[in-house]
Amino acid sequence: MALATYASPTEKAWYYAYRVICALIFVFLISPILIVMPLSFNAEPYFTFTREMLTLDPAGYSTRWYDLLLTFGMEAPDGPRDGSWWADAWANAAWINAAKNSVIIGFFSTILATVLGTVAALGLSRPEMPFRRIIMAILISPMIVPLIITATGLFFFYSWSGLANSYVGVVFAHATLGIPFVIITVTATLIGFDHSLTRAAANLGASPTTTFFKITMPLILPGVISGALFAFVTSFDEVVVVLFIAAHDQQTIPRQMWNGIREQISPAILSVATILVIISICLLTTVEILRRRSEKLRGLSPT
Amino acid sequence: MKTKFYLATTAMVTGLMAASVASAQEVTVMSWGGAYTKSQVEAYHKPFTAMTGISVNSVDASNPATPIKAQVEAGNVTVDVADVEFSDAIRLCDEGLLVELDHSMLPAAPDGTPAADDFIEGALQDCAVANIVWSTVFAYNTETNANAPDSIDDFFNLADFPGNRGLRKNAKANLEMALMADGVPASEVYDLLETDEGVDRAFAKLDTIKDSVVWWESGAQPPQLLADGEVVMSTAYNGRIFNAAVGEGQPFEIVWDGQVMDFDLFVIPQGAPNMEEAKKFIAFATDTQRLADQASWISYGPARKSSGELVGLYSDGVTQMGPHMPTAAANLENALVNNFEFWADRDTELNERFNAWLAQ
Amino acid sequence: MVDMTADTDQNDAGELRTADGQPLKSSLARAQRRARTRAAILVAPLLLFVLITFVVPIGQMLFRSIHNDGFTMHTSISDGVKTPIMVNLRDWFDDNPRGTEPDEAAYEALVMDLRLLRELRAPGQVGTRINYEHSGSRSLFTKTARRADRLEAPFKEAVLDVDEDWAEPELWSAMRTASNPYTLSFYLAAVDMTTTPEGDIVSVDENRQIYINLFIRTLWLSALITGLCFLLGFPVAHLLAILPMRTSNLLMILVLLPFWTSLLVRTTSWMVLLQSQGVVNDVMVAMGIIGDDGRIQMMYNQIGTIVAMTHILLPFMILPMYSVMRTIPPSYARAARSLGATSWTTFRRIYFPQTIPGIAAGSMLVFILAVGYYITPALVGGSDGQLISNLIAFHMQNSLNWSLAAALAALLLFGVLILYWLYDRLVGIDNMKLG
Repeated sequence: MALATYASPTEKAWYYAYRVICALIFVFLISPILIVMPLSFNAEPYFTFTREMLTLDPAGYSTRWYDLLLTFGMEAPDGPRDGSWWADAWANAAWINAAKNSVIIGFFSTILATVLGTVAALGLSRPEMPFRRIIMAILISPMIVPLIITATGLFFFYSWSGLANSYVGVVFAHATLGIPFVIITVTATLIGFDHSLTRAAANLGASPTTTFFKITMPLILPGVISGALFAFVTSFDEVVVVLFIAAHDQQTIPRQMWNGIREQISPAILSVATILVIISICLLTTVEILRRRSEKLRGLSPT
Repeated sequence: MKTKFYLATTAMVTGLMAASVASAQEVTVMSWGGAYTKSQVEAYHKPFTAMTGISVNSVDASNPATPIKAQVEAGNVTVDVADVEFSDAIRLCDEGLLVELDHSMLPAAPDGTPAADDFIEGALQDCAVANIVWSTVFAYNTETNANAPDSIDDFFNLADFPGNRGLRKNAKANLEMALMADGVPASEVYDLLETDEGVDRAFAKLDTIKDSVVWWESGAQPPQLLADGEVVMSTAYNGRIFNAAVGEGQPFEIVWDGQVMDFDLFVIPQGAPNMEEAKKFIAFATDTQRLADQASWISYGPARKSSGELVGLYSDGVTQMGPHMPTAAANLENALVNNFEFWADRDTELNERFNAWLAQ
Repeated sequence: MVDMTADTDQNDAGELRTADGQPLKSSLARAQRRARTRAAILVAPLLLFVLITFVVPIGQMLFRSIHNDGFTMHTSISDGVKTPIMVNLRDWFDDNPRGTEPDEAAYEALVMDLRLLRELRAPGQVGTRINYEHSGSRSLFTKTARRADRLEAPFKEAVLDVDEDWAEPELWSAMRTASNPYTLSFYLAAVDMTTTPEGDIVSVDENRQIYINLFIRTLWLSALITGLCFLLGFPVAHLLAILPMRTSNLLMILVLLPFWTSLLVRTTSWMVLLQSQGVVNDVMVAMGIIGDDGRIQMMYNQIGTIVAMTHILLPFMILPMYSVMRTIPPSYARAARSLGATSWTTFRRIYFPQTIPGIAAGSMLVFILAVGYYITPALVGGSDGQLISNLIAFHMQNSLNWSLAAALAALLLFGVLILYWLYDRLVGIDNMKLG
């Protein structure tokens, strides 16, 4: 909205003041995320910009904290960096193990949440679905109920059922937490879904399975994928439940970060943070592309 | 239902776990993290794995006594050996949460003295074997303190020594230090704490600095808080300060006045998954040489008399460990030995009071 | 439709029939039923999954908040054998009404029970259970049980000789309460109440009150954070809504990136920024706003919690407001201006009322999420920036008073579910949008 020509001087002043205020709020939103990036290259173990860093002196920067991510927990971190060094890092480095766990747990919980969630969303979007409102409320509730309560409940339940301290336990828990996101995104895609397409397919003799895979699936796919990404990020970022129900075998990246922050926030934490921010930028881009694609496919908006 | 549920999932568990857990023989040891765990990894874990082939998983906690109690009570124990404070070892043993240990499994000293005589008094308990003597002291950052504090009174003296204080988020040692700072001689501290007036007096003393306290939970935090300038002085485990000061060159100084000494002991929780390996580990880690080795990584005193003479230099190769030990004569002038019976009985109640006080 | 039956020849009941001769009505009903079943079958697996991994565990936790058998049953840790404990004393309680002065028989029952406890290594368990009701009594049990074998009749005298605190009526009242494993006493404790020996419910001693204050603090901080999110979010959402699509999509990334960034990363960033040697203090010192020795304590206290949580929850406020504002036609505002309203009046009377659904959706979401926050206050909150969730975690992991943790969690859950229900009524879960 451009400034109207009939605007009074006060309005003009406000017009600019308003944009300055908004700019400040954007700075507030984004600066904490950007600030960790340069600091993670700090040569000193502090969280402030040293004089060398401010003058862009290369001596003030180093990748030692990224290196520490590799070497921390290794059996022989100081050896020459040959094949056996990398094998040692792959097998023993604490952050690498945490990353492996995060990926394994994230992958399986995402698959579980996405498959169950998509199928259920198909059912929920049908007008004939009985008790739709209450069921929807139950399925979304893992997103609303405070994590500490979920974690407490799972701690007792898993101790009792023998699922505690197992990968399956964590995968199930994370799948439950990811499900609301899948439901929300897939149902949102289905709202704009033109049901005459499936009827036409049925009319032309396609079986329900064929209709689903040839017609429905391609159209809702963007929603499914962005739901899956949300589910993955939920698992990838989750720490409270892991704190309560996982043993040291299932340490994930956030769990390892939590340890690090509680013990001592070394810049190594900041280097992990930087990597995570880059990952989230990639994910965000993917979701954004998907969203636009979906809108284009459904002809909803011209962007 | 329970078994079925378990069986149904076991297959999936195994499938998933195959990827990351393989080792047949292992033992999981829970300790206090940071420099202390590092000293144990160097002195105990690595040689143990080298000798027996049993791999050691090291797990950290801010106080291992609570997670193992929770694990045993919930019935899912993952830890085989835990390193706990004296009063906690007694308390958990009384509650039947720990495995009783046969002291004859412990090796004799090199000169043949049986373990029972070689360990210092109190170091061998029904369910626990001590490995170190450590102490809670207070330390300050020489760069952020204009004057050097030299007594426990100074810790509570905000007027002459302004700035934030770091204290462990726990009643133990804080109450004792508060009373000593309030002028109570070390020998009378526990008699006074047995009375309600004594407890009130300790809390009243803590009240005087409450608004300036940053509370810490894990032992690695105090050196960090001191280095970051978040606090000007902090209580701490003496070895952590030593490692930060001598090992990393931080400008920290320990004030030994009013130190509270304690044991750390190895225990095995009931239901530990690798019971035999756990016992082997404890026997190995508490032999004369290992305890002496440990003292070259951090300034905690070994729990065996025979280890004492083997303690020499810090791992930097120049620092004599002797004067940095809590038990060095110069450090004992106004020292208190933690009364484990008092805390075994009163831990729950006093911490409850402490938390209510904290929340107000 | 019934009118159309006139056209058909078969008119037993004057009904329209399908090709296979079924009445259309029942055929339709059957088709409806089939469609309903199909929809239900699609939803069933997920519903079952969520029931098992979410609803049942929470139910189990709620059960724990009203059930604690610490005084009535001992389960051996090594072999799982269950042994009833405190049997004699519980019998005595059954025979004598509340308020009865404990007599020699009561003390004899107590000593017999303590002897069994000693054998089972259970005095700690029982003492801990009673300590929940009557603080300061755990050591009484461990101490007395240790000497129980040596105690001789008359038992009342002998027990009081060990510790005269045994005569306290509050202690006996606590034991009576605990002798029934089903109890509401943890809920009472969760709202700083207790039962007197006479059976009245009163507030606990002032220096032991924690939870009510903490609930109030949680609500107050959540409201404050919601308010701050609104103040910061409204201008941004408005700007995004009025800018051309291309620009606003670009700026939107600045809102979505924090939303997609790990919670721990954002909390860490704030720790880095707010430390007394951190970036914010450094900048202020460099600009001469504060002196080097006047650095402001912004972390390990409420300020840390408020700032970090406001930042973390802000996208949850902006997104719903934005999606409502985007749909407000600008022509209304122009009409108001052309009718002579000032820009302020236009905003106040025309624009703002139309944004209320978005404000409601965003505020409720932020408030619901804030009330249950755990990670951020735990890391940057110090002791006065802790919320109720942190205390639940404390009782779960440190004090191990699991029944109390469950009771506190139940109260929090109850509050959140009410808000959730309100949210559903006012906004509708269907309208929840992500990004």
